Amino acid sequence: MQIFDLEKQGLRALNEQLHAQSTDTNQTSWEVINAKGSHSIAVGLDAPIAVTVKGSTGYYCGGMNKQATINVHGSVGPGAGENMMSGTIIVDGDASQYAGATGHGGLLVVKGNASSRCGISMKGIDIVVHGNIGHMSAFMAQSGNLVVLGDAGDALGDSCYEAHLFVRGKVKSLGADCEQKEMRAEHIAILKDLLERADANAKPEEFTRYGSARNLYNFDVDNAAAY
Amino acid sequence: MNDHDQNGIPYTTPRQSATFTQDVNSDIRRAAATGIYDIRGGGAKRRVPHFDDLLFMGASISRYPLEGYREKCETKVTLGTRFAKNPIELDIPITIAGMSFGALSGPAKEALGRGANAAGTSTTTGDGGMTPEERGHSSKLVYQYLPSRYGMNPDDLRKADAIEIVVGQGAKPGGGGMLLGQKISDRVAEMRNLPKGIDQRSACRHPDWTGPDDLEIKILELREITDWKVPIYVKIAGARPYFDTTLAIKAGADVVVLDGMQGGTAATQDVFIEHVGQPTLACIRPAVRALQDLGMHREVQLIVSGGIRSGADVAKAMALGADAVAIGTAALIALGDNDPKWEAEYNKLGTTAGAYDDWHEGRDPAGITTQDPELMARFDPIEGGRRLKNYLKVMTLEAQTIARACGKNHMHNLEPEDLVALTMESAAMAQVPLAGTDWYPGKPNTSY
Repeated sequence: MQIFDLEKQGLRALNEQLHAQSTDTNQTSWEVINAKGSHSIAVGLDAPIAVTVKGSTGYYCGGMNKQATINVHGSVGPGAGENMMSGTIIVDGDASQYAGATGHGGLLVVKGNASSRCGISMKGIDIVVHGNIGHMSAFMAQSGNLVVLGDAGDALGDSCYEAHLFVRGKVKSLGADCEQKEMRAEHIAILKDLLERADANAKPEEFTRYGSARNLYNFDVDNAAAY
Repeated sequence: MNDHDQNGIPYTTPRQSATFTQDVNSDIRRAAATGIYDIRGGGAKRRVPHFDDLLFMGASISRYPLEGYREKCETKVTLGTRFAKNPIELDIPITIAGMSFGALSGPAKEALGRGANAAGTSTTTGDGGMTPEERGHSSKLVYQYLPSRYGMNPDDLRKADAIEIVVGQGAKPGGGGMLLGQKISDRVAEMRNLPKGIDQRSACRHPDWTGPDDLEIKILELREITDWKVPIYVKIAGARPYFDTTLAIKAGADVVVLDGMQGGTAATQDVFIEHVGQPTLACIRPAVRALQDLGMHREVQLIVSGGIRSGADVAKAMALGADAVAIGTAALIALGDNDPKWEAEYNKLGTTAGAYDDWHEGRDPAGITTQDPELMARFDPIEGGRRLKNYLKVMTLEAQTIARACGKNHMHNLEPEDLVALTMESAAMAQVPLAGTDWYPGKPNTSY
């Protein structure tokens, strides 16, 4: 276990050391202490290492992650796991805005609540939120899965494309071109897998699926009022 | 046409309205027929004060010129000296602006790389990400970081020689992009992670930051991911150039790219292109003043784009304080876009060479702004690259000719004092004297 004191050693040194790890590194386990809300902790990683962050973080924790598993023992600021490609990020606390924004792959788990615009423009990432999510979540979501064990705020899935949105609780309102969809066997299978991997205590059958009605895929003036 | 009626009374001369022109009327008829606004490519076509409204005075007794072909006039420019470990060094102060694979064909992107390489300058990716061909053919490649994040991935980010965070585009400040379904080939769809054949809208603002304080944190993240190696540009539209330049510098930009309303786009609403944003000429001095007010002129470099066509334009932009310029539309014309040799085909599309701007429809006869395999095959990337190289060389020679005539041994030594303006408007915007006077509107310590 490599212990890294962020306060003493600084952000640049942290990311430099983490970037220096290759696929076959033997320094596979890292612990970051004194995070104290710092921005850009463990960004741009590309190695199968485990990084545990003690405390809450600022913006973009785990941004553009590849391969690494990042555990945050606290809450995360805006843009956690933004544009992540693979790997796993687990947040014990809450997540601020834009969690998992534009993510292409990997798994982001938020054990608390996620704020507005969770999964905005997601492009293949899987996001599991144990609590609630805020308004405009999954805005323009292209692909991937967003699973919410609690409730969703206003305008869920506004202008979304092919992402799957699963909500167990209430949805305050759906966004433009987002509708309730049939839950088929393949969706149950996706949910079951994600719930297990996210250590979430829920049954797939309790969820409702939402997705694109595909009415706005090609511009039609008769739909102009929907925008 | 008769000039009088049956009683011999003269008709009045038919008079077209200056307000309801034939152009305007055709727009109204089109809107009435379709129910949808006009979408097109390119930049503002309306007449606005531009570099043509400025003149260099040249040398005289008070300033002596340099000998053409004999005395050196340096054109090299280094971009990203503020924070980056590896600034970009260019042989010429003319770069190729961001244009996407998707909007342009693969061979057209290749030609841009070939031409830029041969001339010693950089190219820029666009919405949709970086293609291997583009990286392979561009020795200096700037990677655009756009709101849509189509094709965005950290591997490509790390392959780039610089990162350009696109906040705005001169053709559409405050607007996003649009790639209509007919141009979405399998490859374009795959790169953007969207179904084939649907309209692909690019967001107008970034999904994970808003405002200048967030931008500072976003720049920090990008620097951390790339280990502070490459310059980070911030591209702004000609909206509020003083404040936007100030905020970009404050946020930590190495380079500010300023794009005026004549700057092109692949596709957006005509009403947006023609009615939102400021002319390039009006934007440069406020941006330079922002740099100067912060003591950052020449430390943070300024790249100006939007209507750069010739070495004279390059020299004028630099005299007003730019460190370099970027070209987009001009580069496409150099490649063969809107060439009269395709006139018959332009006519079939209801247009004419020079006016063709329906790039979003993917039917470009020149094979440049299309994903149609048959049309693309018309375009030879090697020949296109050669033409672009020639054009860049000519622009550079022209700019050097002017700089030498003004007695400058480096393009960066050109200054506003070398210029006069032909009109009141251009004098006010460029803040250089109206020709024949020592005054311009708004000059400090004058009453009007």
